[in-house]
Amino acid sequence: MADVTPIKTPAEQALAAAYDGARGKLPGQGAIATLREDAFKRFDAKGLPHRRVEEWKYTDLRTLLRDALPLATPPDAEAKKTSQGSGAVFAALNPRRLVFVDGAFVPELSDLTPEKGLSVGSMADALLKGDALVAAHLGKTFESDDTALALNAAMMGDGAVIRIAAGTALTRPLQLVCFTATETSNYTRSLIVVEKGAQAQIAETHDGCAAQVNTALELVVGDDAQVDYFKIVATRGIHVGSLMMSVGRNARFDTFVLNQEVGVVRNQSFIRFEGEHSTGAVRGVNLLRGEEHVDNTLLIEHAAAHCAGREQFKAVLDGESHSVFQGKIVVKPGAQKTDSKMMTRALLLSDKAEADNKPELEIFADDVVCGHGATAGALDPTLKFYLMSRGIDEAQAEALLIQAFIGETVEEIPHEGFRDAVMVAASAWLKTREVKA
Amino acid sequence: MPAVQETVDRVRQIDVDQYKYGFVTDIESEKAPKGLNEDTVRFISGKKNEPQWMLDWRLEAFRRWQTMREPTWARVHYPKIDYQDAYYYAAPKAFKAPKSLADVDPELLRTYEKLGIPLKEQEILAGVRKQGEPSQLDGDMMEGMRSSGRVAVDAVFDSVSVATTFKEELKRAGVIFMPISEAIQEHPELIKKYLGSVVPTSDNFFATLNSAVFSDGSFVYVPKGVRCPMELSTYFRINEQNTGQFERTLIIADAGAYVSYLEGCTAPMRDENQLHAAVVELVALDDAEIKYSTVQNWYPGDAEGKGGIFNFVTKRGDCRGKNSKISWTQVETGSAITWKYPSCILRGDNSRGEFYSIAISNGYQQVDSGTKMIHLGKNTVSRIISKGISAGKSQNTYRGLVTAHRRATGARNFTNCDSLLIGDQCGAHTVPYMEAKNSSAVFEHEASTSKISEDMLFYCQSRGMSAEEATALVVNGFVKDVLQQLPMEFAVEAQKLISISLEGSVG
Amino acid sequence: MSLLEIKNLHVEIEDEGKKILNGLTLTIEKGQVAAIMGPNGSGKSTLAYVLAGRPGYAVTEGDILLDGESILEMEPNERAAKGVFLAFQYPVEVPGVATMTFLRTALNAQRKLRGEAEVSTPEFIKLVRDTSDKLGISQDMLRRGVNVGFSGGEKKRAEILQMAILQPRIAVLDETDSGLDIDALRIVSEGVNRLRSPERSMIVITHYQRLLNYIVPDVVHVMAKGRVVRTGGKELALELEAKGYAQYTDEAA
Repeated sequence: MADVTPIKTPAEQALAAAYDGARGKLPGQGAIATLREDAFKRFDAKGLPHRRVEEWKYTDLRTLLRDALPLATPPDAEAKKTSQGSGAVFAALNPRRLVFVDGAFVPELSDLTPEKGLSVGSMADALLKGDALVAAHLGKTFESDDTALALNAAMMGDGAVIRIAAGTALTRPLQLVCFTATETSNYTRSLIVVEKGAQAQIAETHDGCAAQVNTALELVVGDDAQVDYFKIVATRGIHVGSLMMSVGRNARFDTFVLNQEVGVVRNQSFIRFEGEHSTGAVRGVNLLRGEEHVDNTLLIEHAAAHCAGREQFKAVLDGESHSVFQGKIVVKPGAQKTDSKMMTRALLLSDKAEADNKPELEIFADDVVCGHGATAGALDPTLKFYLMSRGIDEAQAEALLIQAFIGETVEEIPHEGFRDAVMVAASAWLKTREVKA
Repeated sequence: MPAVQETVDRVRQIDVDQYKYGFVTDIESEKAPKGLNEDTVRFISGKKNEPQWMLDWRLEAFRRWQTMREPTWARVHYPKIDYQDAYYYAAPKAFKAPKSLADVDPELLRTYEKLGIPLKEQEILAGVRKQGEPSQLDGDMMEGMRSSGRVAVDAVFDSVSVATTFKEELKRAGVIFMPISEAIQEHPELIKKYLGSVVPTSDNFFATLNSAVFSDGSFVYVPKGVRCPMELSTYFRINEQNTGQFERTLIIADAGAYVSYLEGCTAPMRDENQLHAAVVELVALDDAEIKYSTVQNWYPGDAEGKGGIFNFVTKRGDCRGKNSKISWTQVETGSAITWKYPSCILRGDNSRGEFYSIAISNGYQQVDSGTKMIHLGKNTVSRIISKGISAGKSQNTYRGLVTAHRRATGARNFTNCDSLLIGDQCGAHTVPYMEAKNSSAVFEHEASTSKISEDMLFYCQSRGMSAEEATALVVNGFVKDVLQQLPMEFAVEAQKLISISLEGSVG
Repeated sequence: MSLLEIKNLHVEIEDEGKKILNGLTLTIEKGQVAAIMGPNGSGKSTLAYVLAGRPGYAVTEGDILLDGESILEMEPNERAAKGVFLAFQYPVEVPGVATMTFLRTALNAQRKLRGEAEVSTPEFIKLVRDTSDKLGISQDMLRRGVNVGFSGGEKKRAEILQMAILQPRIAVLDETDSGLDIDALRIVSEGVNRLRSPERSMIVITHYQRLLNYIVPDVVHVMAKGRVVRTGGKELALELEAKGYAQYTDEAA
């Protein structure tokens, strides 16, 4: 029964113990400490999200997270050293790297050269010393009662606090380089405020050891602002990432997530259109095999009129992998002239793979154009035969068709550098793919 | 949007004024004591002279039900139902199952006459009224059915079946069509074999409740290779106050058989909410086909959302044999709350399931309806076409599941669900679940939500139609794909009903 | 040795078990252009697919020899590398795979399998440009996905373009004339005729004699009920045009 609290799992007990032990040491006093206490209470009341929680129907964290790994300790010199090659996928873009090892900000590895209109700091510092930006936005970008998010709020240790001042167009992309050097758990919370008329390209990469990562990013997109946000998850272990986003008036955003070479991943995005005449795209690609599990869950709220949203997700599944897409578009009363389209497609390469799609519409305004589509299926044998009849071998024929399948989504990425990075990553995946005889 | 606003206002005003089945039949009835406990279950079973095994079956369900909780996942909100504050059995006083139609209480016959239900088979048989000849009554819901063809009817009044027509003729074809209470007496072997085999007693809160207290309903068995010679139908009527209706329908199409079944329902206008928790089970064996059509027109409540039927129904078909086919078509215009997901279990290889739905909500109605297509056999095919229309202050949700299991190679699904909004006070929601568990499954799903097209309305109006007529025309175009699935006579009536639900005087 | 020998070929559709070819025997000499004609349902397209190795067909008896070697066990791409080319009756649209990429991948894959070096990019581009110009295929079409958004005629021309680039030893043209108007038919036929050589054989499958005015065959085979029922010179096509297929459907019955 949904509302009966079952006995706490060992992981839940360990998480409670971890919070208890860390309580005094986590950064922040006063209001922050209260926020942590409240958040933990919410988490403790419901426990880890499980399949009877509708939003987590296909990703039963209670089962998947059997043992909670110990909290990460500050990284030592060796750990910092191993992080050097982390997030190299974007090297060609010469990004401003902000490096986090086991959840802790490492200033000496980060690029902190000043740039006009940009301020960068650590969340741990901000929580300890107090920070106006954090006080104004933390936990307010998109309020949600999600329990994984509550756990993040209770345990948040470090992260980035970034402000891009009004009218600033960043000269090069920002990259949050998140590297796990040890098999531990860490909780990061970042806040990025892109003020009125500012422009930013933000990348976030996750790689390293099979750790347990619960990370959250609050992204405030001001009026007239333009933001490209690009995330790549390539890490074993368990990754739970939450993106909370509020979008002002006449703004434009594009987000993309690539999941490849992973363990268990849950990316949840909570996005609210708050000002009129904004446009946004949320896209993603999963390239999965083995027993990999990726869940992309979206909640897109249209609270203002005249906004357009595009969501497109593709999953390629091999082996015994499992891909989940849940996308809910909500059009609030009064959000007239909303134009929203969602597409999710799964390509099943193996009989043991599973693709679950749940695109939802919840509409309370009548003058809207909303739609969604979903497909699941194998490679088209006719196409494959056609390619092979021209001399292309089976592996290459499949690779071409898979590339074409994800290409449709990848080509929509407006930022060229980000787009190229995905294609490079995807072809690496395809090269190592084994075709069944 | 002035052109539309006019329509919206008009649609908002009309509501129960248009509900023309809201009368009460003044007939004294005998009820079970109020409330629900084991004695209630024993009382119902006793009234039906049921054998011990049937009582045991009910009691087991009742005990199970006591451990269950009411589901909360649907997008419907209603005050907590007090299950102890209702009657679970009501029958016309001194009611005895009629031997023939001649024995039926004239008051009941008049009620059904008023509802437009053809209980007078003699009249039809004797050729008193010719095909296509208009009836002396206006606005009969099943007028078309009555005038253009022969349809066998089982009429269920509150908790009992009061009449079943054409039994003899059907018997000659080998078709069994009778109240389920009689079938329990006369065909225990079939009941034991099939009852609860599609919807187990423990299936869900409402189905379990039904298993404990169901009072009557229809039973159909079409033997091997028989094509049922006429349409079968059941007409459900809730008359008594404070009384729930819990009917149970079981239809079995044996190998190679075919049957088309229609279901209609109405209730008087009352201020309190009444519970209707039915269970329908369909079993199609090898190469058999069942077509099940519903026009649901329970009382929806008044303009303020007061009263109306709570319709919590479990309908499920089991394509048990290879090449079998089950097709659900529903036109949902009534009820305060609709909670209903006619589903298909595609167990047999090459079996096929279909779901065609029109759900219209107006006033304060809440609809949460859809289907489940469960692909278990090889090369199974399912098709879902759902059209939702929300008006007034209603909420209309499509909720559907399509799943292909590991061994269901070659499973195919096509789903299309479209929603139409009339006015800015209502909501339209779409919640589809798609679970592909093998690579040869091919699922295609598309959904759209839009408002009624101003261009279309204007175009129609510029040709001389009123705003109402234009709306009716556009809405009928919107639902055309589904209407086509209904037996023709039924489709005409459904079309009228749609116009009435939305438009008031049009139609 | 004949280039292609089809011996007593029996083929049925997998799963359904429906028998399509019933002991078909046919020999194609090097450099020969053979027309195969026959009524609908005689098995012409099945023969084309079986030659190219399309999955879904089961060869229950008989053999297909190319240069004396059986190709039945070969994958479609291996057959292509050996020089088998099928111009599809309904060319398949492959969205997302640009025609240029497709052609180059195919050409290099074949060369690799034959142990030949890859063609250089400038060489390849020149080759495609020259050939496509002759066939009236625009650069824009080459940039689009394979056959995506092409008209019926454009698709057939694109098939001939592929054939010209891939230079097969035996080309099977399956109803290449279907859906073509007279101008398109001429362009396609000219493209095919340019590829005629003593080293290359062709099987031209068609329902109508019209195509054979443009691509003049050395020999005409008539198929009915999954077998070759008559063989003759090009004049046989004219006779069929005049008398129709009725006699063959009866004969084979």
